Amino acid sequence: MTKLYVARNPRVAARSLDGEMMIMSGRDSTLFTLNKTATILWQSADGHTSLDEIVEQRICSEFAVEPAMALQDAETLARELASHEILNISEQPIAQKTPVDGESR
Amino acid sequence: MTQLTTETERLSLVITIGGMPVRINAVDSNFLAMLQDRYAGYVNSSGEAEIEFDVDLTASPFADPDADVRVSQHNGRWALERGDFRAEWEPARRRGWIRQTANPYSIDAVLRIVHTLILARQGGFLLHSASAIRNGKAFLFAGVSEAGKTTISRLAPPDVTLLTDEISYVRKQNQGYVAYGTPFTGELAKLGENVSAPVSALYLLAKGAENRIDAVAPGEATRSLLANLLFFAEDEDLVQTIFHSAFEFVNRVPVSRLTFAPDARVWELIG
Repeated sequence: MTKLYVARNPRVAARSLDGEMMIMSGRDSTLFTLNKTATILWQSADGHTSLDEIVEQRICSEFAVEPAMALQDAETLARELASHEILNISEQPIAQKTPVDGESR
Repeated sequence: MTQLTTETERLSLVITIGGMPVRINAVDSNFLAMLQDRYAGYVNSSGEAEIEFDVDLTASPFADPDADVRVSQHNGRWALERGDFRAEWEPARRRGWIRQTANPYSIDAVLRIVHTLILARQGGFLLHSASAIRNGKAFLFAGVSEAGKTTISRLAPPDVTLLTDEISYVRKQNQGYVAYGTPFTGELAKLGENVSAPVSALYLLAKGAENRIDAVAPGEATRSLLANLLFFAEDEDLVQTIFHSAFEFVNRVPVSRLTFAPDARVWELIG
């Protein structure tokens, strides 16, 4: 199976407040509030950790979910976030500078 | 020898909103008289200005009078356009021009946009909210159309000074925020007083059966604030700036939900 890599788009504004991750698209000013799974995905999207590693290490350890199903859901979520230009997605590791905690300042 | 060019006298006035003086130059004295009337209380005919606009009045409207507003920046120059106007503003030179027909609405839109751009860089903003001063403190009442901005303004008792019933001007100052009066009116069609005071609270308006104030979680407060900000620019850096400004505001200013009946007793809860 092809590995997928995800990286936060450095051109969006992101901030966590009381555990809620809020992201605003710099392109059209649309505001997104991420749920817990999407927040984990966002914070882990460093461009060089593959999606299946994120699911295994961060999502399956947090939620009681079956790994194959969790990976499928995470891929759907990642593609949706990518469609809004919040995440970049690639079959190769993505070299880009992203904030460590997922928040822009 | 025939004179090929003629020197046309330019007249001007200065419109000061939020402490920011903007000079408007035009050749048409009737147009300036209309602005003098429209912005009464915010106008003076002399004095230094931070920004200067030359207004070029056209006889006919543009090709698509219903086109939406677009604000973009290229090489340090802002381009502002809507169906009824074209404008450019170069902050470094503090100058710009506006092309429109002789009406008060186009220039009003340009002024709102320019002020949002200035405020955004300074951590402030224009907000869809009524605002008023009581006991030396400013209170903001935010909400979309029909939320009750005009109603709460109309219910204000005599000791309250109205800053606006539609668009609040919020400037960051030291560790807090200051609200200024604006000439940007809503249904009340009454200009706000040209005064200012430190912002003491932001209320998110809701209509209900009784008057009460409820706490709002920071996330909801921030989302509501962002939803009510006026911002037009297609500019990623400025979007990021205004996003973080909203978080900073919520961090420093109490935000609550104000449900009101509506009757004048709601003001017993304010101030």
